[in-house]
Amino acid sequence: MLVQILEQVLNGLLVGAYYLLIALGLSLIFALGGLVNLAHGAFYALGAYIAVSLADRLGFGGVLLASPALVALIGLVIERFLFRRFYRSDPALGLLLTFGLAMVAEQTLRLVFGAAPLPFSIPSALKGQVLVGDFIYSRYRLLMLAIAAAAVAALWWLLQRTSFGRVVRAGVQNPEMTAALGISLEPYMAAVVAISVGLAALAGVLLAPITGVHPAMGADILTASFVVVVIGGLGSFWGVVCAALIVGVVRGLTVYFYPAAAEASMYLLMVLVLLVRPRGLFGERILRFE
Amino acid sequence: MDSAQRVHYNYQREPNAGPKQASTFPEEFMTINRIRRGLLQGGAAATTLGALGFPSISRGQTDAIRLGHLTPRTGFLGPLGEYAVMGVNLAVDEINAAGGVMGRKIELIAEDSVNPQTASTKAQRLIERDKVVAIIGEISSASGLAIAQVAQRNKTIFFNTGCNSDELRGKSCNRYMFHTEAANSMYVNAAGRALLRDGMVKGKKWYSLTADYAFGHDLLRVAKRFMQANGGEFAADELVPTDATDFSAYLLKIRNAKPDLVVSNLAGAQITNFMKQYVEYGLPFPVAGFGFDTAVAWGAGKGNVLGIWPLVWDSQVKTPASQRFTEAFVKKNGKPPENQAWGDYLSTKHLAQAMNEIKSTDSTKVVEHLEKGAKFDLLKTREGYYRNWDHQLMMEMYTLTFKPADQVKTQWDLFTLSAPVPGANESLESIAPTREENNCTMPT
Repeated sequence: MLVQILEQVLNGLLVGAYYLLIALGLSLIFALGGLVNLAHGAFYALGAYIAVSLADRLGFGGVLLASPALVALIGLVIERFLFRRFYRSDPALGLLLTFGLAMVAEQTLRLVFGAAPLPFSIPSALKGQVLVGDFIYSRYRLLMLAIAAAAVAALWWLLQRTSFGRVVRAGVQNPEMTAALGISLEPYMAAVVAISVGLAALAGVLLAPITGVHPAMGADILTASFVVVVIGGLGSFWGVVCAALIVGVVRGLTVYFYPAAAEASMYLLMVLVLLVRPRGLFGERILRFE
Repeated sequence: MDSAQRVHYNYQREPNAGPKQASTFPEEFMTINRIRRGLLQGGAAATTLGALGFPSISRGQTDAIRLGHLTPRTGFLGPLGEYAVMGVNLAVDEINAAGGVMGRKIELIAEDSVNPQTASTKAQRLIERDKVVAIIGEISSASGLAIAQVAQRNKTIFFNTGCNSDELRGKSCNRYMFHTEAANSMYVNAAGRALLRDGMVKGKKWYSLTADYAFGHDLLRVAKRFMQANGGEFAADELVPTDATDFSAYLLKIRNAKPDLVVSNLAGAQITNFMKQYVEYGLPFPVAGFGFDTAVAWGAGKGNVLGIWPLVWDSQVKTPASQRFTEAFVKKNGKPPENQAWGDYLSTKHLAQAMNEIKSTDSTKVVEHLEKGAKFDLLKTREGYYRNWDHQLMMEMYTLTFKPADQVKTQWDLFTLSAPVPGANESLESIAPTREENNCTMPT
């Protein structure tokens, strides 16, 4: 039994990576722009649909790069003409805007591709399982984990080790002071949105072969990603990473002991965390939000 | 086919809780709590995304006979609802082209039923305001029950085209509801016969996964009855939340339990996700399921679904009527009909035929006509009839077996279909629930 629990824990860490790419982007856009992006799931869905549409021509490796790039471009346009007007305004307006965007995106996907789920398989080279002792892993998911880990590492490097990242972090902490130093945050915000929605699209491509590709897929994953951000704490990079992994593990253990509560477990976890630590696990003290 | 109704949280802002900007403070002073509340509200709002649909209303001449169609068009069941709408539209086209009902054209009013509350409101409005002569449709058993209650209250006939729960034919039955969709018992008995033939029941250990809501619970009850009556036993039976998309944790448990058969009582997109991941993990145990829709398999793709499943109809049924329907459907919609399209198409045809036969659109007279055992073409080998005591359509079912990926020719051609169940020399009632199993007392 102990072995089986350990197996669930390890698998849960892997499942946590599902939410990670989406939650990190949500957290970034919110921390820098103050915008709660309800359309983030739509970019995830868009990433998956672009992958399905182009996979015949570009192959899986091709869409793994092309789809996030295309979605990032779309993100740039939306940032320039829509998001930018709402960073400094009442958060409710941003909610309305992105809620509307999400609906438009979902209905557009439904009109163009139909409501039925589209088939998309794991590329044949990546099919199969890896057995480690008594444990079983899907080869595809190991690759998925590697790509997600690489993306997270790259993002961390970008935020912590580059001048770009220093400006973004300064902007998160104190936009007025950053502006007073003569730095305009606008181009940085555009880049942050492009990176964030690109990561969401990457998640869409990676998950498309495992789960169904359908118009409502974005709304499905968005709620869980929000929970991860809230548990992890706003503005905390490692908070989101830890929260995603914890949510994955808790879900795995719940499936083991009481499967009917599997999806509810993350909400219970969120309630517990908020009761004990309202700021979230690693939530930083962000001056302008205090 | 049946599936979950998502819970939709209506987000209403408390008077002072909203993220309204405090007038005397710059926004830097907004509290983190307010921001977090915004995030939480965001999450709640996100869950309502699937709830909003767009009614499509096509109004014609005033002397037309109006027909109401309600089915989920968005959310979890949207993919099936889309086929239902294509089916009912094709039927109305054909009926009108053939002279309509008693010389009058049929005018269709089709809307998204969304959830039980909305379905109930819309059914009431269709009957009161739009004066429809009948309501056709629905896939979710919960919404189906809501519509049935409105239909009974207003003495307006309702054809259930996609709700499977036995309970709708038993405890919740009523005089104005007729079931073109097969009951869970019929699905279980159809697939169960194939399992008995393959020696997968007696002395075998089943591991079942069940969709955790009304439809799944009903199906599990029926499946369990079948298994126990035939000498099988559970290795485990587990409930799966309807919003689960990742099944890896369940697959690890199944692998450790080493069952003789993995049984799916799942619904809709759950089946797509479960089967894709079952194949991904390459588990060696045979698979069977008791609830199925072709769209689910089409959405998984070739080589991603295994095992034995029951089906109410498929375009592979080679009767002339079935082929005519398939050709007309492909011509109009550019893709083959799914079993849900069959249900809504057929119900509309049956209603029009009944009204033409008795020369009346009065629901009570149609009910009496159907209860007398009127025979209908089902696009299958044998004709069928609505059984008078529970209003279930008595008909042949099929089981299907998935082909290996290398034998699949097109994206629509994923499985082979069995001969009809029950066989030609058996009563159609032999796979239907008995009075003892699912008694119905029509309320007066």
